[in-house]
Amino acid sequence: MAALADRELLIKVWETHPKALSPFVTVDHKKIGARYLVTAFLFFLAGGIEALVMRTQLALPENRLLDPETYNQLFSMHGTTMIFLFATPILSGFGNYVVPLMLGARDMAFPRLNAFTYWVFLFSGLFIYASFLIGSAPDGGWFAYTPLSGKAASPGPGLDFWALGLVLLGISTTAGALNFIVSILKVRAPGMSVDRLPLFIWNVLVTALAVIFALPALTLACLLLELDRNFGTHFFDPAAGGSALLWQHLFWFFGHPDVYIIFLPAVGIVSSVVPVFSRRPMVGHTFVALATVTTGVLSFGVWLHHMFATGLPPIALSFFGVVTTLIAVPAGVQIIAWITTMWSGRPVWRTPLMFAAGFIVLFLIGGLTGVMFAVVPFDQQITDSYFVVAHFHYVLFGGAVFPIFAGLYYWLPKMTGRLMNDRFGQVNFWLMFTGFNLTFMPMHIVGMLGMPRRVYTYPTGLGWDGTNLAETVGAFLLGVGILAFIANFLWSLKAGEPAGPNPWFANTLEWATSSPPEDYNFEVMPTVAGRDPLWDTHDELGRPILARPRALQRETLGTELLEAIPQNVLNMPQDTPLPFVLAFCLAVLFVGLLLQQIALCLLAGLASIVVVGAWLWPGKEAQA
Amino acid sequence: MSQSTLAPAGPAAERIATLTWLITGLAAAVMLAVLAYLAVAILRRRGLEDEPRAVNGAFVVGVFGVGLPLAILLVTFGFALNALAALVYPPSATRLTVEVIGHEWWWEVRYPGHENAITANEVHIPSGEPVQVRLSSDDVIHSFWVPQLQAKMDVIPGRANRTWLQADQPGTYRGQCAEYCGLQHAHMSLLVVAEPPDQFERWLAAQSRPAGPPQGQAARGLQAFAASGCLACHTIRFGGDSPGGKIGPDLTHLASRQMIAAGTLPNNPAGLAEWIADAQFVKPGNKMPAMHPDPEQLRDLLALLQSLS
Repeated sequence: MAALADRELLIKVWETHPKALSPFVTVDHKKIGARYLVTAFLFFLAGGIEALVMRTQLALPENRLLDPETYNQLFSMHGTTMIFLFATPILSGFGNYVVPLMLGARDMAFPRLNAFTYWVFLFSGLFIYASFLIGSAPDGGWFAYTPLSGKAASPGPGLDFWALGLVLLGISTTAGALNFIVSILKVRAPGMSVDRLPLFIWNVLVTALAVIFALPALTLACLLLELDRNFGTHFFDPAAGGSALLWQHLFWFFGHPDVYIIFLPAVGIVSSVVPVFSRRPMVGHTFVALATVTTGVLSFGVWLHHMFATGLPPIALSFFGVVTTLIAVPAGVQIIAWITTMWSGRPVWRTPLMFAAGFIVLFLIGGLTGVMFAVVPFDQQITDSYFVVAHFHYVLFGGAVFPIFAGLYYWLPKMTGRLMNDRFGQVNFWLMFTGFNLTFMPMHIVGMLGMPRRVYTYPTGLGWDGTNLAETVGAFLLGVGILAFIANFLWSLKAGEPAGPNPWFANTLEWATSSPPEDYNFEVMPTVAGRDPLWDTHDELGRPILARPRALQRETLGTELLEAIPQNVLNMPQDTPLPFVLAFCLAVLFVGLLLQQIALCLLAGLASIVVVGAWLWPGKEAQA
Repeated sequence: MSQSTLAPAGPAAERIATLTWLITGLAAAVMLAVLAYLAVAILRRRGLEDEPRAVNGAFVVGVFGVGLPLAILLVTFGFALNALAALVYPPSATRLTVEVIGHEWWWEVRYPGHENAITANEVHIPSGEPVQVRLSSDDVIHSFWVPQLQAKMDVIPGRANRTWLQADQPGTYRGQCAEYCGLQHAHMSLLVVAEPPDQFERWLAAQSRPAGPPQGQAARGLQAFAASGCLACHTIRFGGDSPGGKIGPDLTHLASRQMIAAGTLPNNPAGLAEWIADAQFVKPGNKMPAMHPDPEQLRDLLALLQSLS
């Protein structure tokens, strides 16, 4: 009877309060993670629709469906959306939902900060998309090269929406990364020493560290651009002693690590799925973890390969060429490890593994064309052609979106408690796999035939017509594949088979609790004695740590950095509207900056300071 | 006409095309090997064994994940360095320098040492010898790319970039701006016309001369040209002091060019008429307004423009 009473107490302590205001006050990492997933997926659909409109324009040569301004806004927003508003946040969504569960914790280290990052992400997305309402979406590409993005060449407000929106989003991404780092280092299950960390956790950790080092370059670049545009500074203006190329260095110092910021967590999903469905532990676990770290480090030494055609001296070209070549090694390590895991196991062909295997094929192709770009003269000839568009879609769609779908099929049952239809899931996979290759494989050819990227139309007679039409057909097939996923998901909510705690016989701790998990995640805090806790045969899982809350206080376990030895009981915050209010104040501040309303900026800035004060004010949980 | 990197017509593009086939072949071989392994991993017949096969992870990953890829990558990078060194400088000394200036959205072409030879969207070079190209930009970043002859080189304001071109045979090679430069990035192409050296010299001499004074209908065309405000942007040099703007291409020898509007329309009466009537329909956002001349004016203007050989 005592156990039941403990459970009721846990429910009472962890349920959202007040319930009526749940959307605005909750700090539960699962609710926040789910919101991230849904919001980012909606942005994915928006970016996908933008892509389909573009492909319709490009289906035929000299097509006049779109005027160039609309086309340029669409491709700029497609890139900005997919990179900033879909890929990074949806992986934050998985991270938010899964990481604390995988670590055996009851929440992230900073739950209120977690709520705050979601709201800032949402507001910055709406901020950038609001530009469509006045017909002036950003049109400088997702890379916004100066001086084209300067006031003289782009006088409209589109680039201001873009630059300010990304600075605002950067606050969210940075805060989220800090939260991941601290959570992974400090709230692990007892016994989850560094050598037993799940690979997904490794990937999230390296990603978060890369964010911390890379993002300041983008934020700085955007702020300098805003100063140039609105206050007459000349950072990027060569006529006044500035440098047009400075922007490219700052942008790609962020931009290349950002590729890995998107790619690494996706790879972490694959490293979760492959061993589970191969029914054996990951081959070369340590090497894969090391490869992840190596990738993160090397990703900071390759940014110049985006600038091979800018007229740099051969010595710089050689150095960045060789680092770009070397970054293929950790990728090769992982591919060999995944395939060997499948080879030596007994693969069970469920949808998540299909998407993971599809990923291996597509990422392999994208990785190999990536190595080709490290061959400098080839890069100088082929860069900025459609071959590049093919290459990075194989890396980012094949390398990140396919794992994201693997992750959705794998973890959504944990979140909803319902399984999706597996046979329909496989149809979903083949539609996407076929559609993807039909869209992007011909782009390699048309790029080699000399078709440059970012053109709203092209002349006939250069051998580009047939491939472009095929690409458009493929894009719509890919779109049908995405719709199939949505249908499967909605169907599963109504009629899906109940998932149970562990439908996949998986190895990590998120499967040790009910689907969906209770607000408090784990009734008793799990302990870990190996890399695959649910496959290990030891009986320590049930030790009643923190089974009974003290004094109606939310608690999780703080553990030591390397060995995950329990150190202290961490008091977790109550639900609060403050993160929402602070994010709102910041959004208003950025609207003020956009409209150049000093009074509004001052007001919102002051309000933000007051809210931060209230946030930090010592409450009763701090003394408990 | 072609813009294909796989139809090289000069030593630089040829070297890169060979390199392209080589690394494409290597990449394809690696891809097939890995896909074969993946296929075996998927299709391998498994007995009734319960336990997964034991694998020496360190060995497999060390040999096939690190050692072998590293060897292939180093060889590939050797090819890269070799080609890079070979392409920095032209194979022989150059006699001629061409200056190409990027504008939103057309190319201005000049010949240093021949100050009166100014043309647009058409680079003439002698065939069979390398030519220096100096690149500069009047506004934003463009990229000079003639795939059949040479890899691209960005055209960056405030930076003096250079490249070189060599066409082995006489011919016309299409090129296009390869760096996104705003609204009409799609319509910013150019032609490189390689001619036998003596023919090129005659062309350069002709371009250096002023335009002949217009006669008859062409003379009326010149009045219409001035009255319509064309001189605000365009210059026609008849010798002596010729007024005119620098925003659009110099038209002194317009009739000698194959295309107009940076490769958008053929340079014939129909193309010219379409362009003059409504340049904003043909190339939305470009800096030439729609003129909508009356039919007689248009005929006079066409007579003028076609006289500028």
